[in-house]
Formats: sequence, structure tokens, C-alpha cells
Amino acid sequence: MTKNTKTSTSKVPQIGKIQIELLEKLCNAVAVSGDEQEVRQIVLEEVKSVADEVKVDALGNVLVTRFGRGEKRPRVMLAAHMDEIGFMLVKDDGGGLFEFVTIGGIDERQLVAKSVLVGQEHLPGVIGAKPIHLTKKEERKNTLKIDQMRIDMGLDIGSQVKIGDRASFATRFELIGPSIRAKALDDRLGVVNLIELIKHSPDNIDLLAAFTVQEEVGLRGARVAAYAFDPDMAFALDSTPAMDLPVWESDDNNVNYNTRLDQGPAIYLMDAATIADRRLVDLLVKAAEAEGIPYQFRQPNRGGTDAGAIHKSRAGIPSISVSVPQRYIHTAAGLVRQDDWVHTLQLMHAALSRITSDTLKR
Amino acid sequence: MKSLIKKLVEIPGPSGFEEQIRAAVQREIKDHADEIKVDALGNLIARKGKKKDGGLRIMLSAHIDEIGLMVTHVDDDGFARFIGIGGINPLTCYGGRVLFMNGTRGVIGMEKIGSAKAPKLAQLFIDVGASNQDDCPVGVGDVCGFERPFLELGDRLVAKSMDDRIAAVIAIEAMRAIADTPHELYFVFSVQEEVGIRGAITAAYGVNPDLGLAIDVTRSGDTPKSIKMETALGKGPAVKVRDSSFIADPRVVNWMVETAKQAGIPYQLEVLEAGGTDGRAIQLTRAGVPAGCLSIPCRYIHSPSEMVDMNDVRNSVKLLVALLSQPVKLG
Repeated sequence: MTKNTKTSTSKVPQIGKIQIELLEKLCNAVAVSGDEQEVRQIVLEEVKSVADEVKVDALGNVLVTRFGRGEKRPRVMLAAHMDEIGFMLVKDDGGGLFEFVTIGGIDERQLVAKSVLVGQEHLPGVIGAKPIHLTKKEERKNTLKIDQMRIDMGLDIGSQVKIGDRASFATRFELIGPSIRAKALDDRLGVVNLIELIKHSPDNIDLLAAFTVQEEVGLRGARVAAYAFDPDMAFALDSTPAMDLPVWESDDNNVNYNTRLDQGPAIYLMDAATIADRRLVDLLVKAAEAEGIPYQFRQPNRGGTDAGAIHKSRAGIPSISVSVPQRYIHTAAGLVRQDDWVHTLQLMHAALSRITSDTLKR
Repeated sequence: MKSLIKKLVEIPGPSGFEEQIRAAVQREIKDHADEIKVDALGNLIARKGKKKDGGLRIMLSAHIDEIGLMVTHVDDDGFARFIGIGGINPLTCYGGRVLFMNGTRGVIGMEKIGSAKAPKLAQLFIDVGASNQDDCPVGVGDVCGFERPFLELGDRLVAKSMDDRIAAVIAIEAMRAIADTPHELYFVFSVQEEVGIRGAITAAYGVNPDLGLAIDVTRSGDTPKSIKMETALGKGPAVKVRDSSFIADPRVVNWMVETAKQAGIPYQLEVLEAGGTDGRAIQLTRAGVPAGCLSIPCRYIHSPSEMVDMNDVRNSVKLLVALLSQPVKLG
């Protein structure tokens, strides 16, 4: 793509104890769309010592600028969303029981018997279910609808929460051998990677980092963040489903795996919201091949990332997304490989380091 | 004009992959524009004229992308699965021929399904003549358009991409024909319309017009057991009143109707229940813009055989020239 392939003076970021502890803190925090305060505080604390400019905008996005050095530096926006899917209490039935709705894309069938954390105080609750003793065989064939479920706070705690409070799954972050199991890996992996990229920002670009809000409810934060930054190009850092279980792969027609674990970062070509800019696809592929970093293409598919909002901002912004593949995304517990995380971070750093004023030449 | 139509409709250019068609259009307009640029998303934007007294900055938008397919998976036997780019009807796919941007050709096959059933897109695949994954010349992310030669049936013209190349031709011909205008005209050949009017959103922001018109095909109600629609082939360009993406500014509708009447150009009024055009993007940009749409009635839209009437095409050029050559008063 370009002859100038100098590597930046800034070091390639690594994943160690510090980064893993940061990801743990981020995943265990609760930041359901519209109430991202807890993650925002962690982000602000992490970036304050390295950022040239930090701003929290009207919607709650954290906008961080880190300037490079030298002439003609492209303005490169990176977006990772702080919010996660979850629930909102909508009606107090008394006795510590609350009716609730989902926020973001959640499969109702997966909700029964899950522990949840409610409100900014992380008060414990449970989405209860009738025990097997009391159900009939026929009854167990039917899935429960959300209207038949309640978040049960227990009598005492119930009085400390109110309608409009958000709730998340209560799953705690765990390292499991080469993998990580946690809630909200979508998109705390993007958040931790973006923090690391700010700390290791290459000199050839001005890095415009947007930690966005309300992605899960329609890419809302990214829209105003892109308007404010008005960058030359943009990358959304996100997470995407891996549908690679043997039981799914053996389906005689499973040609829709989306991505697979252990195959490296997933480079986007097209989703429902964005057609990836092919110049940026080339940039990423060439960076991966030059550095020997594994990568995969995410199958062109449905779904959408912050890139969907960003590329249509102002007079247009060439955009692409890169995701960490994740099993069981948008459920109580997702599962990713640490290697895929590391490779995603390294790929982004390698690609950013190779951006020049010719990158977008047609 | 027919040779230009034939030239433009046969070029592949699915949404996001408009390089070839953009280059072809650029060659056609380079001697007729005062300034040409390609914006960040790939919209081709050509300015003609400079704003004079009583003139406006007017954006005309004809999209150069077409529907197409993108490969999602190549199996062990070399068959390529795909998803649609834009609104692909699986009914019109089976047995179709496709042309990839890298020059590879292929045909669309189908899994065994009951004969009375319409296939789903997931049951279709592209056969490029490969016998395994390794000798398949296309991979995940490769893009193709339908391949069909241009066809003349008397006054009726048929092509895979009348939507919206016929509008690109009309814009080009109008650009060539306009001798004098008080306006600053921005002819936008927009990208990514078929996936959600995306190119026009950024083009409209960049142009920042006082007034805008989309030029696009619309459906017709003149075939057996057709949809409920007044427009018919051969009865003149259609002045859009509304579609499901926007309501044309009534002042713009009135301006188009009065101009057609004065110039003795046949016209029809169009109410389209389902469908959208670049007009929406223009109308909603920045603080809002009066916008409308000049439509060309078209049969079999989004099939490989989209049909328009040559008389409607000629009259659309005439109407566009008449609209843009005089001062505009939106009353």
C-alpha cells in the first residue's frame, strides 16, 4: 500500500497482568446503555496521564486526543463503546419483585435463573424461575416470555432500588486457561484495547479516541462523537460472534460461522450498517501479513458497529471495524481467547503505525 | 443517447464498489463540468455554473451503485455462498449470471427444494466453474453484479441496472444540454444508495444545497395484476409526491409540474408506497433543504431485466434542462 512502512518509535503494546486486571475491572463494572458512568470513570482515570486532550461530551462519550509528531498527520478516529446490554426496571410489583425490559439485543429465552446486579450500587437480584418440582413435562417445552419473569431483589433490598434503574448480568470475570469468560466483553475488550493504543499511540497520526455510549441501542454515541472529531478515517473496535462450536459446525449447512476463535482479529467487509472501506481492509491485511499477525475476515453478515454511524458523518468518513471473536456474545457469559485479544491489539497498532497521507489515495 | 445508456448499464458497480462506473461517468462529464471531485465515500460531485443573481445552489443526485452479491463462504467443492448487497429477491437469482469485480464470471445454482417454493438466499450459491476451494478464484468478501446485456424492445429499453444508471444518463445529458443557468449546479453521482441512501447523506452535507432533486426510477402500475400505482411507462417523467422515505416538498412538486406544463412536456404524478431515494438524504441534511425527485417509471425493478421507456428518458432530460435553466421561485 505505501512504501513508507517505518515502525513507530512507540512500543508495541503487550498484554500482561496490568492489562488483564484492567479488563477484569472493566468487565465487572456495570454500564448498561445510557448509564455508562462506572466505565467512564475507569477510562478517565486510565487516560488522564497520557492524553493531550480529554473531554466528556453532552451524551457522555469520552473523547481523547493524542497528537503525533511531524507533518501531514492523518486524523484517525478509533471508537470503542463503553455501554453493554442489560435490563431496566419498569414496574414495582411489591415484595421486592420488579417487572423489567431488556436494553440492547438479548434473547429472552436465556434469562431465566440468571443472577443480576441492579443499580449503581450493584445490588444483587435474580431472574427467578419455577423449579422443576412444580413444572409439568409439557410446560417445560415452552420458553418463558419476559412478561412472565421478574427480577427478585428480596424484600429488604427491593426498597433501595427504583423504576428506571438498570441491571446487568452478575457474571464475574475469570481467566480459564487460554480463555477469558466474562460478561460485557462486548465491548470492554475494545475499551481496554483503545486505552492501550492511546498509551502506545504511534507518532505518524493524531489519534482521536472515542469511548462511546449507547452503541447497543443504535450507535447513538458514535454519531455525535464522529461529528465532533471530523476525522480523516475511522476504526471501530468491537466484538463479534464466533459460531464455531463443533455441534454447530457439523450442521450440514453451517456456512454461517461468522468468525472462529483462535483465528485472530476479525476484519469487517460488510455488515448491515457499513460497507468497509477497501483501502482500510488492505491496510489491515498488509499490516497483519507484514507482522505475521493472524487475522480472519468476518463473514459479510447482519449486525452493526459504531462504524455505521461514523462513516455517514458530515461529508463522509472512510471507516472499518475490527472485532475480537467471541462465543456466547450478548449472553450472561461470553468467552474469548486471550490470543485473539492480543493479536487484535497488535494488529491495530501495526495498522495505525503504517497510516500515511497516501493511505486513502484512490 | 442509446449508446451511452448501453455503455453505462453494462458496467458492474454494486454498492461500495463503484470505481468502474464512477470512472466511466467521469469520462463522460469531464468536458461539461467546471469542477469535479470525489468525496470520502466515493461520490462523484461535478459543479456546473456559478451562482448568479436569482440563482440557487442546486444538488441533483443520481446513484451509480446497483444491487449485487458478496461472497460469505467458499465450501470444499468450490461453491460460493453469498448475501445480497441491497434488496436482492431470491426469485430472480436462480440461473442468473454474475460478473465479479475481478473479472470472474459465475452462475447461480440452488439447493434441492420443493418445486412450489421460492428459494431463500441461503439456499443459493454461485458456481464459478471451480471444483474445490483452492482453485476457486473468489473468496470471502468478493463482490459481483448481475450480468445481462442491454436489450432494446422498440421504445422499451431493458437492462440489469436501469436502477439507477438511466438517471445517471439523464443527468449527464442534461449537464451537456444546459447552455446557460443562473444556478450553481452540483451533479452528484452518488454511491451506496441501495444499502440505505448512504452516499447521498454525506454528499448533501458536503454540497450544502439550497434545493435538491433526486433522479431515480420508480415502480409502475401498468403490468398484469400490478401494484396499486398510477405511473405507467411512456406517459412521461414522474414527479414524486411521496415515497416511504420522504415527502417531497410541495413547492418543489409544484415547480416541477408548472415547468412541465409550460414546456409542454408530459408528466405524471407519483405516489410510491414502498421505496426510498436520495431525496430523503438531501431533505434532512444540516438544517433541512427543500427537496423532490424526478422519477423514471420502471418495470421489474431489482430484477436482471429492468425496463424503461425511451420517450420517458428523453422527456426527463428535457424537463431537467427546463427546470435548471431558469430562476426558481418556490411559491
